[in-house]
Amino acid sequence: MKKLLFALLLAPVLAYAAGGELHLDHAPDRTGNNVALQHGAKLFVTYCLSCHSASFMRYNRLQGIGLTDKQIVDGYMYTADKVGEPMTIAMRRDDAKQWFGVPPPDLSLEARARASELGSGADWLYTYLRSFYRDDSRPTGWNNVVFPNVAMPHALWQLQGEQVLGADGKLKLVKPGQLSPAKYDADVADLVGYLQYMGEPAAQTRERLGIYVLLFLSGFLVLAYALKREFWKDIH
Amino acid sequence: MACDEEVNCGRRRLIVATAAVGGVAGVATVVPFVASMMPSERAKAAGAPVEVDIGKLALGEMMTVAWRGKPVWIINRTPEMIASLKVTDPLVSDPHSDKPQQPAYCKNETRSIKPEYMVVIGICTHLGCSPSEKFETGAASGISPTWPGGFLCPCHGSTFDLAGRVYKDKPAPENLEVPPYRYLSDTKIVIGEDKKEA
Amino acid sequence: MASKMKGLLDWVDERFPLTSSWKAHLAEYYAPKNFNFWYFFGSLALLVLVNQIVTGIFLTMHYKPDASLNASGVPVAFASIEYIMRDVPWGWLIRYMHSTGASAFFIVVYLHMFRGLLYGSHRKPRELIWIFGMLIFLCLMAEAFFGYLLPWGQMSFWGAQVIVNMFSAIPLVGPDLSLWLRGDFVVGDATLNRFFAFHVIAVPLVLLGLVVAHVIALHEVGSNNPDGIEIKKHKDERGIPLDGIPFHPYYTVKDIVGVVVFLMVFSAVIFFMPEGGGYFLESNNFIQANPLQTPPHISPLWYFTPYYSILRSITYPLFGLDAKFWGVIGMGAAVVIFFFLPWLDRSPVKSIRYKGPIFKTALALFVGVFCILGYLGMQEPTPARLVVSQICAVIYFGFFILMPIYSKLDKCKPEPERVTG
Repeated sequence: MKKLLFALLLAPVLAYAAGGELHLDHAPDRTGNNVALQHGAKLFVTYCLSCHSASFMRYNRLQGIGLTDKQIVDGYMYTADKVGEPMTIAMRRDDAKQWFGVPPPDLSLEARARASELGSGADWLYTYLRSFYRDDSRPTGWNNVVFPNVAMPHALWQLQGEQVLGADGKLKLVKPGQLSPAKYDADVADLVGYLQYMGEPAAQTRERLGIYVLLFLSGFLVLAYALKREFWKDIH
Repeated sequence: MACDEEVNCGRRRLIVATAAVGGVAGVATVVPFVASMMPSERAKAAGAPVEVDIGKLALGEMMTVAWRGKPVWIINRTPEMIASLKVTDPLVSDPHSDKPQQPAYCKNETRSIKPEYMVVIGICTHLGCSPSEKFETGAASGISPTWPGGFLCPCHGSTFDLAGRVYKDKPAPENLEVPPYRYLSDTKIVIGEDKKEA
Repeated sequence: MASKMKGLLDWVDERFPLTSSWKAHLAEYYAPKNFNFWYFFGSLALLVLVNQIVTGIFLTMHYKPDASLNASGVPVAFASIEYIMRDVPWGWLIRYMHSTGASAFFIVVYLHMFRGLLYGSHRKPRELIWIFGMLIFLCLMAEAFFGYLLPWGQMSFWGAQVIVNMFSAIPLVGPDLSLWLRGDFVVGDATLNRFFAFHVIAVPLVLLGLVVAHVIALHEVGSNNPDGIEIKKHKDERGIPLDGIPFHPYYTVKDIVGVVVFLMVFSAVIFFMPEGGGYFLESNNFIQANPLQTPPHISPLWYFTPYYSILRSITYPLFGLDAKFWGVIGMGAAVVIFFFLPWLDRSPVKSIRYKGPIFKTALALFVGVFCILGYLGMQEPTPARLVVSQICAVIYFGFFILMPIYSKLDKCKPEPERVTG
């Protein structure tokens, strides 16, 4: 009986401690910032689209971050002819599986899929893209703190440079890349902002519309309540 | 009906107001559902303009391309074929293309931008069959000894000339439809786009 | 013009009980005048049902129940959901209305059932209303289960795999039953297609029939009220209950207010947090189904978690049958036991207002363990959590099994003759 009570008391503590120790950095918010999102889109088509598809994202949906069809065709379209087509990749799935062991996942929904109690999907992606480190025991020579033994190499290594994992579990930049750490972080934030946009292009419309809907309903509530009071005057 | 007591008036006004606002809410709710049945982005992408290379099209020949799921014919008309249009002028029911079956820039004698190339949708305006090519003239065509060349629809017998104009007294009511199109160069056209858009 | 309309109405009334139905069920259906907040949820449940059906119809115009992979290696069903979200005009709104509606349905129905527990709406002569209601609840669970497979995400797939495998725990017929349900050796295209048929037409038809029966049974006997007394006991010279008011216009007008408030909450979720913090649209379900890899953390949707907890809490084999089987029985019993409530409650009064401290404690405990079990069902199992869920399961069943005893022992207050506020 005592053991039972003890277990009951301990239960909440144990439940809390059972959580993982992975800490995610908070991704800077780029929603609504079209300049940053366009930059992120540029980074995406340059560095990601060669291996990853985004097969649910049509090129012309980039209009949602302020680009015209002509700008999209001139600056962003490497893998399709028509602006209405989706962002597929040239690499065949079977080839990808052979080369990497597992086909690189489609990234259209990655920002939504990576959400968890640890943070939003954007937080996960932001931390992930900055947590690669050199690891010669891996076939690609790279490993990642957020996704241990990931099959993906550090696609952005030229921009960030090379990090190593110290004995203290912290990452250290040993070879600088083209960008300073601060600029790299900002660029990753732009890329992640774009991934977030791509995960749900209707998000901005949704929130804007929501405000109007709630305002309208508040007004309607006042009216409906007045009507109810008017009729219920008769009762009691 | 006049509202005599204050209570009655107030009540009626509230009911009307609530019903009106509720009606607005109802319409606002219906709009997205009805709109969702319009062509999706996928349908619009599949219906996007089609580029066609006409450089290899020989004189007197016809090629067919698909645009929005429909057959579009491109005919490289010979001078005789163009001349035959004068012959068919009195035989067709809408010789001046008065009915809006073509873009404004094709409301002319040859129903085309350049007389040499005819671009027309190959669907009979009667009930939607695709007419057959009948370019052979005269009795050899099997239609009539004076047949100047054109199209015959196998379903109900409508005939069209080499500008897609429908003959008189045939089941089809209108000339064949000319789609919007424009020239990218002498050998490339884009079907589905007017010159202004681009 | 008005006389023409009256003429048309008379023509119809001679051939169809239009005006008489209007009177019997609305304008002259006398409901107690003291309905409170807890009485909104019936009409709200009806509203959510209509929402699910209408949004469901429009989703079916674009959704494809096909588990095979398209040219990009994505299952067609999964791709069709993203097609709705991105390519169909307003598709995202219709999808969110449907997914939020599913969770809203359970919130509303749980609160509706709780009202029953509060005021004794399951007591004689309303046992059949309660039974129809419980059948509706069972159908709702089935409908949600079938519907959740359709997006064909990781949670969809593995959730279905686990639940269908549960049936294999039944001795003798189990494995064959699972095979028959799935239509294949593993959850696949065959399963997806038939779950689509169940979700879109079979269960909704049954649900609609049960809802009609539920309301007819209610109108036959008349509504209960927060005081738990029968208003039909005191009628005036015209036969109208003294404490009754016509449903229309009083409750139609009051329900409009309830609907608007509900729509505000509903809209707030749809437009500002459609994922519901990961509870209404689970993040794992944005990954396409992968039959070769289970996600690290599966749990059923939040509305099933109390029952899931009870299933997981049974870890002892008994009578030669393994714990897996008893877990399934336990889970089933946790739902089925609600059916017996009208006969378990032996209290002389219906409403909690006049019951004693024992019932109030019991109900509070029940709600508490229901919520705890629900929370635990969403977490990963640990030894400590197992003990807590076992204790909660005992309390859960105790609420029902001991009710015939404690409802009699309880010190009740005298019921009033006429309704209070």
